[in-house]
Amino acid sequence: MNDAIVAALLIVGAIFGLLGAVGVVRMPDLFTRLQASTKAGTLGVLFLVASAAVHFGEMGVSVRALLVVAFLFLTAPVAAHVICRAAYSVRTPLWERTGIDELREARSRSPGDEGD
Amino acid sequence: MRLLVWNIVLAVLWAATMENFSAASLAVGYAIGFVVLLLMRSVLQEGKYFRDAWELIGLVLYFVVELVLANFKMAYYTVMPLNRMRPGVIAVPLEPMNETELTVLSNLITLTPGTLSVDIEECERTGRRTLYVHVMSYTDPEVIRYDIKSGFERRVLKALR
Repeated sequence: MNDAIVAALLIVGAIFGLLGAVGVVRMPDLFTRLQASTKAGTLGVLFLVASAAVHFGEMGVSVRALLVVAFLFLTAPVAAHVICRAAYSVRTPLWERTGIDELREARSRSPGDEGD
Repeated sequence: MRLLVWNIVLAVLWAATMENFSAASLAVGYAIGFVVLLLMRSVLQEGKYFRDAWELIGLVLYFVVELVLANFKMAYYTVMPLNRMRPGVIAVPLEPMNETELTVLSNLITLTPGTLSVDIEECERTGRRTLYVHVMSYTDPEVIRYDIKSGFERRVLKALR
């Protein structure tokens, strides 16, 4: 029973990791790639770590698994946000099918207070 | 008082990462945590927040549900032909909030797939801040704005105030 749960969690985690990797290859621009990699990766690791916790079934391992997830959830979005903001600031082109860019509109309306 | 709570939290965190959860590792964690808090004291001074545990749990549950649902949406965009997507950068005007609340909100938005915080701009005249969010796909920018404001923003403010 335990092995089945561990296997299921491992497979789900691996699938999310794979989806993230496929997303990085397939997505058309930096921003959509960033979306694919950070999120799927985070959830994938969550499942992998959860499977480790179930497999060992010890208090110490579980607490550390929880810590891994907590720190990942704290740091991943910060990294993604910094990359995204930097990329936008150096005018990394958005995909041509991007329908709307309200930040560009806002900045072209008031060119004085651009960046910091 | 609040710093004491933080210090204990740090000590427990430290002890939890050690091989065995013992009084000695708790003490070491407490000492290290004290030094960390000492170095951070200027940052920690800002505004005292008391948290309503219920609201916080509600926010966490809401976040987990959003995270899982949205990951399936992301998987759909990854596998389907690319022309199903219509990305965009959308402005979300924010309620007045302090830095902690803003950090939590933008991090939660970044963690839920399909949305990614790009930047925050502050209006010079009114001081109101606007969060710019990159979305994987949208049909109407108003819907995205409404979802973020009535979902994450409302819940974050309720949980942290």
